Amino acid sequence: MTTVDARDRTVEHTDRGPLSRDEMAGIVARDIPPGSFVNLGIGQPTKVADFLPPDSGVVLHTENGMLNMGRAAIGDEIDPDLTNAGKIPVTELPGASYFHHADSFAMMRGGHLDVCVLGAFQVSAAGDLANWHTGAPDAIPAVGGAMDLAIGAKQVLVMMTLLAKDGSPKLVPECTYPLTGLGCVDRVYTDVAVFRVGPHGATVLETFGISYDDLAARLDVPLRRLED
Amino acid sequence: MTLVCETADQAVADVADGSTVLVGGFGMAGMPVDLIDALIRQGATDLTVVSNNAGNGDTGLAALLAAGRVRKMVCSFPRQSDSWVFDGLYRAGEIELEVVPQGNLAERMRAAGAGIGAFFGPTGVGTPLAEGKEVREIDGRTYVLEYPIRGDVALIGAHVADRMGNLVYRKTARNFGPVMATAATTAIVQVSQVVETGSLDPEAVVTPGIYVDRVVAVGAARQREAS
Repeated sequence: MTTVDARDRTVEHTDRGPLSRDEMAGIVARDIPPGSFVNLGIGQPTKVADFLPPDSGVVLHTENGMLNMGRAAIGDEIDPDLTNAGKIPVTELPGASYFHHADSFAMMRGGHLDVCVLGAFQVSAAGDLANWHTGAPDAIPAVGGAMDLAIGAKQVLVMMTLLAKDGSPKLVPECTYPLTGLGCVDRVYTDVAVFRVGPHGATVLETFGISYDDLAARLDVPLRRLED
Repeated sequence: MTLVCETADQAVADVADGSTVLVGGFGMAGMPVDLIDALIRQGATDLTVVSNNAGNGDTGLAALLAAGRVRKMVCSFPRQSDSWVFDGLYRAGEIELEVVPQGNLAERMRAAGAGIGAFFGPTGVGTPLAEGKEVREIDGRTYVLEYPIRGDVALIGAHVADRMGNLVYRKTARNFGPVMATAATTAIVQVSQVVETGSLDPEAVVTPGIYVDRVVAVGAARQREAS
């Protein structure tokens, strides 16, 4: 499969439906360069690990203090002292290392992580991210490492459905939810399209089950094609 | 000089009302449950607790919250599937909450332990968590001024200590322990075993004993010693 980095034209996959959750994870995994140091956010992004080829050389970072994290632990492997950032028991791979929290976040802020994959409530065309708080008055705010990850990794990939449950697009001209980071997102992977976002706005790299024109008609965000 | 305590109750006997207590652990990994249980028995109240989460289930930090001893939580991620104790107190208006991004939480305690007056960090720029804070542009990037978080007491779970208070940890249970040990006036550590001085490989020591005031062996190792 061709990674998005290798393309010079927007590719429209109209001969199929939207991506399933697993397929989205597979597409994100496809675009992670071999040998990268990668942090996968809690929830849906964690699934990306299942689609990284065994020989990819990707080293997974978990912000609670480990590099070269392995798969989820099962049965006798479960050790309460070895969990991922979602507090799920995990395993270690040969070459793993442990470190304390200040070091773990210095790795992010210091620009040593190549890629992080995060979920989102909203992403703006300029790459602003909102993923920690809906702003609802009864919601208990909880940020975790999201703000550190958003500004720390060299490349920030967001993985989300394009539409919220109420049908409103999550790729927006301006975020209305409280921000996690300003201009920090590089690419957005959704069930119907992959976008590049940033100072030049939103560019469609690839569509799934929808044409570029139909996609552009559905969103309030001005779009462009890769070849434009 | 590190004091090797006989019991967790002895280790926390002098924690004062109104203290700021740094509580190690990420979820239950590294959570100093025995020290917290001892603190509940000891009775200190009106506490400000700094910890990554705001308690899980009904034990450890959650039990301290349930006992009504905590006035304010400073944490990065209070809301979890098993944070019902905190959630109830928060919704009833019975506890204050300050949410701090996880990396800032760690770095602000690191700064406290390292004698740094304040630092400019990139996390949270342009977000509600940086509102009202001083910002500065340095080499074309915007940073937020963050101040240290100091504790009167740190309660930490480590793996093994020697009698000089040198510590080694286990896997991801290390998390906030090494940073909190530096950031508190009195660092109190529970371990599964206290070994004789000289038994730990100096190359493997993660927290040097200079940061550690009290250690106590708890759990299975403790019970073996007692029997």
